[in-house]
Amino acid sequence: MRQTLFRWLPQIALVILLALLLGWMGHNVLENMRGRGIHAGFDFLRDPAGFEIGEGLLDYDASQPLWRAFLTGTLNTLRVGLPAIVAATLLGALIGLGRLAEHPVPRKLCGALVETLRNIPLLLQLLMCYFALTSLLPEASEAIAPLPGFLLSKGGLFLPALDCTQTCMLDLPAAEGFGISGGWSLSPEFLAVLIALSLYSAVFIAEIVRGGIQSVSRGQIDAARALGLRPLQVLRVVIAPLALRAIVPPLGNQYLNLIKNSSLAVAVGYPELVSVANTSLNQTGRAFECIVIVMAVYLSLSLLTALLMNRYNTRVALRGTR
Amino acid sequence: MSSSRLRKLGLLCALTLSAVATQTAHAGKTVDAIKQRGSIQCGVSTGVAGFSLPDSQGNWSGFDVDLCRGIAAALLGDANKVNFVPLNSQQRFSAIQSGEVDVLARNTTWTLNRDASLGLSFTGVTYYDGQGFLVPKKLKVTSARQLKNAEVCVQSGTTNEKNLADYFRSQNVKIKPVVFEGFEASFKAFFSGRCQAYTTDISGLAGVRNKEAKNPDDYVILPEVISKEPLGPAVRRGDDEWFAIVRWVAFALIEAEEYGITRANVDAIKAENKDPAIGRLLGSTEDTGKLLGLDRDWAYRAIKSVGNYGEIFARNVGPESVLKLPRGLNNLWNKGGILYAPPVR
Amino acid sequence: MIPMIRFPRKRTIFWTLLAGALLWPIFSWAVLHAIWGADLEACRAARGVGACWGVIVEKHRLLFFGRYPFAEQWRPLIATLLIVAVLGLATWRRLWQPRFAVLALITLSIATLLMLGGLASLSFVPTKLWGGLPLTLLISLGSTLLAFPFAILLALGRRSRLPLLRQLCTLYIELVRGVPLISLLFMAAFLFPLLLPAQWRPDILPRVVFTIAAFAAAYLAEVIRGGLQAVPSGQYTAALAIGMTWWQATRHIVLPQALRTALPALVNSFVGIFKDSSLISIVSLHELTGALAISLGGDAEWRSFYLEGYLFIALIYWIFCYALSCSARRLESGLRY
Repeated sequence: MRQTLFRWLPQIALVILLALLLGWMGHNVLENMRGRGIHAGFDFLRDPAGFEIGEGLLDYDASQPLWRAFLTGTLNTLRVGLPAIVAATLLGALIGLGRLAEHPVPRKLCGALVETLRNIPLLLQLLMCYFALTSLLPEASEAIAPLPGFLLSKGGLFLPALDCTQTCMLDLPAAEGFGISGGWSLSPEFLAVLIALSLYSAVFIAEIVRGGIQSVSRGQIDAARALGLRPLQVLRVVIAPLALRAIVPPLGNQYLNLIKNSSLAVAVGYPELVSVANTSLNQTGRAFECIVIVMAVYLSLSLLTALLMNRYNTRVALRGTR
Repeated sequence: MSSSRLRKLGLLCALTLSAVATQTAHAGKTVDAIKQRGSIQCGVSTGVAGFSLPDSQGNWSGFDVDLCRGIAAALLGDANKVNFVPLNSQQRFSAIQSGEVDVLARNTTWTLNRDASLGLSFTGVTYYDGQGFLVPKKLKVTSARQLKNAEVCVQSGTTNEKNLADYFRSQNVKIKPVVFEGFEASFKAFFSGRCQAYTTDISGLAGVRNKEAKNPDDYVILPEVISKEPLGPAVRRGDDEWFAIVRWVAFALIEAEEYGITRANVDAIKAENKDPAIGRLLGSTEDTGKLLGLDRDWAYRAIKSVGNYGEIFARNVGPESVLKLPRGLNNLWNKGGILYAPPVR
Repeated sequence: MIPMIRFPRKRTIFWTLLAGALLWPIFSWAVLHAIWGADLEACRAARGVGACWGVIVEKHRLLFFGRYPFAEQWRPLIATLLIVAVLGLATWRRLWQPRFAVLALITLSIATLLMLGGLASLSFVPTKLWGGLPLTLLISLGSTLLAFPFAILLALGRRSRLPLLRQLCTLYIELVRGVPLISLLFMAAFLFPLLLPAQWRPDILPRVVFTIAAFAAAYLAEVIRGGLQAVPSGQYTAALAIGMTWWQATRHIVLPQALRTALPALVNSFVGIFKDSSLISIVSLHELTGALAISLGGDAEWRSFYLEGYLFIALIYWIFCYALSCSARRLESGLRY
């Protein structure tokens, strides 16, 4: 009995202390807000937003309620985060394999790339990318066409799109008025975030891939080679399944980091969640509510990613152990 | 043993609770706090030419800066007793709400929403502005209505962002806003060619064009003024004494221009004056200061240190500055403008 | 290194040509055709062909020290050197003792006081004028030191057998790790003043340092937990067997070993914090990244050479991060004996 009391008392005291601290802060918030005549609550989400959002998946305009603006922002986070995850994984695997190449030149090149990118803050890389896209590219009227139907300029990248409103036809972008219209457009803000985020995450993924492959014991590879498998076959049949077990858990962490890092997009004006929240915070003055929304959304995204990665991890692990 | 522990815990809780209770004590009056501190905390922009801009040594100058200096001269007797706190458009309202600054003189537009729901009060209008557009000359655009499908650079969290959406919706013209966090980032993007047009208040456009463009003549301000932007200082809600001081220092500076009192002639006028209205303003015949909790020389000191409204305007945004803005609406009511200060009496 | 993927040796020519084609334009732009003097005309002429390093020569004081009063800039310089010296010592394993933390704390306080002034004959320089490299270093080192004791407690708490305590620590760590740093920084900028009583007005700098510390603590705690897990449970049992209490065993036996194992990972975490400190430019503090904006953003003439500015700042970050991660790697290889 005394033992249990001894165990529980300090813990309960800690909880009470924490509750008091939180209560004190909450009290301060309410007191400060009352002192300044601000009311709290999430009712403002139903008010019209009043500001436009430059790009997004939803059909959004300024007359729609604020929660739609937040939704557009969240979707924009995913719109850049998911392609970046795919690109970072592919690039990372490539660089990771390059670092294990037998020939010294590609090995050194990949090594230099990794050491350079991972020792420079992502924010700086993002700003550099954005500067390069908006300052060094030509104006929209003299856009360069790397491929027929593709146009690249300060206004972003324009791709041909399939337009199926009436009959399906290819909608080619063309210079018109001030910019380029038609086709499928990707803004420089989006491109900068996508490129910087993919490259930065790719070098971390490369290190994970390299570590994973190196964790496969030499004997397994020698045995596979002795069986007469070609190098790429060895990679596919023997190394990949074994390495995957070591790769998947830290890879999941990298995906989480990538999603969280996409919040830096606010620095170049890509309208993702943090940027929209920041604008609303300004227009409405509801600092507390806006920050709570941002945190809640990121927490759910993190939990979701962790859940999916765990699912995948159990599958890989099971397959590995026959 | 356990009961004594419990008692200690109870005592601890009680102590903490009482600490919580005492924290709710009323926050001190702004004026008392300023006098105790010996300086005014003045919230300004992080750098808008003509309004508030630090030089490389960190000395601030500009229209808003002079207003704060005038207030300091009136209240504390020394125009240099101001601490300038640079705030971006996101931080400004939190800063005034939290008391980080005493007065927000950060070319902020007075709107119903801000006045009513942000816990602050605007003391009046010190600069009548309106929102416009800056475009490169080579686009050959002469009206904002021609900006169909154009990308427009705008700073986030400003009334400009909302006006932009409203105006083009009413005109039924589709444009694409490109929103930036900072003032600097927004015009940097415009000058790099990211956007075909840049929008902010006309005074800001003039500053950006004349100060930040490599060649100001390559850019032109379009004729449309799409909004009313009455700019003025704001204070925290609920302190009438401080509110009155900020409001009346601004009025006194306008009135001084009306009477032709300048930094140069204020001493002479004070000594020789016969006009009772001027006597009231300068404190030579009547003590208006005591009504505000100030001494009788309050307006004299403000004028002496920063000059009258016209001088402040000319020095920072008018003909003597790089902005070269016309007085326009900001002229006195009897000279074709709408500046009208209630009488100091 | 075990080469896994075979590339036939005879492709050397191909690879060398490819590497040359990739690296030559960079070399030509950055070195061969670069302008090294602060000569605006020459820079304009060389645009697109050669880099203009003159912009660094022209703006180096603003880049390194931000808006710190010009005549007083020897103070941040000494502060920077002091912190760099501490960082250099930190990677020396033999010094990794509790006493070292005290030394680091003292150096940091001296550096802060030197920057702040207001005593002896030093003039007072408010924190809002601080900027550039010293600010980056102060914030990253200051918040790491502040986070450290908290991280140890969190790590111990997460491994504790007391269920409530364990769950609270886990909750904190996972919550903080689930949200981006930038949302916490916005909290520091906008929300902190609301959370405290109306008469407490902490400056933005301590607010930011505290926030980064709270953020870093969650990450450091996980690293330390890794170190704790690596200590064989026999160590702990043995310590208890000779009559030590749990606290004594932890302090004298388990924790020193755990920290020593975790040292390389701790250095790597510090590199992460150092890089993350660039985010505070978003809440208007002018550390390295922010100092670049104030030195070039307001200058229409030199603004076209922003890329060179970015690259220079990137080089400074790179030197610090690379040196630190190299020493982390050295520490790690030193562990395997």
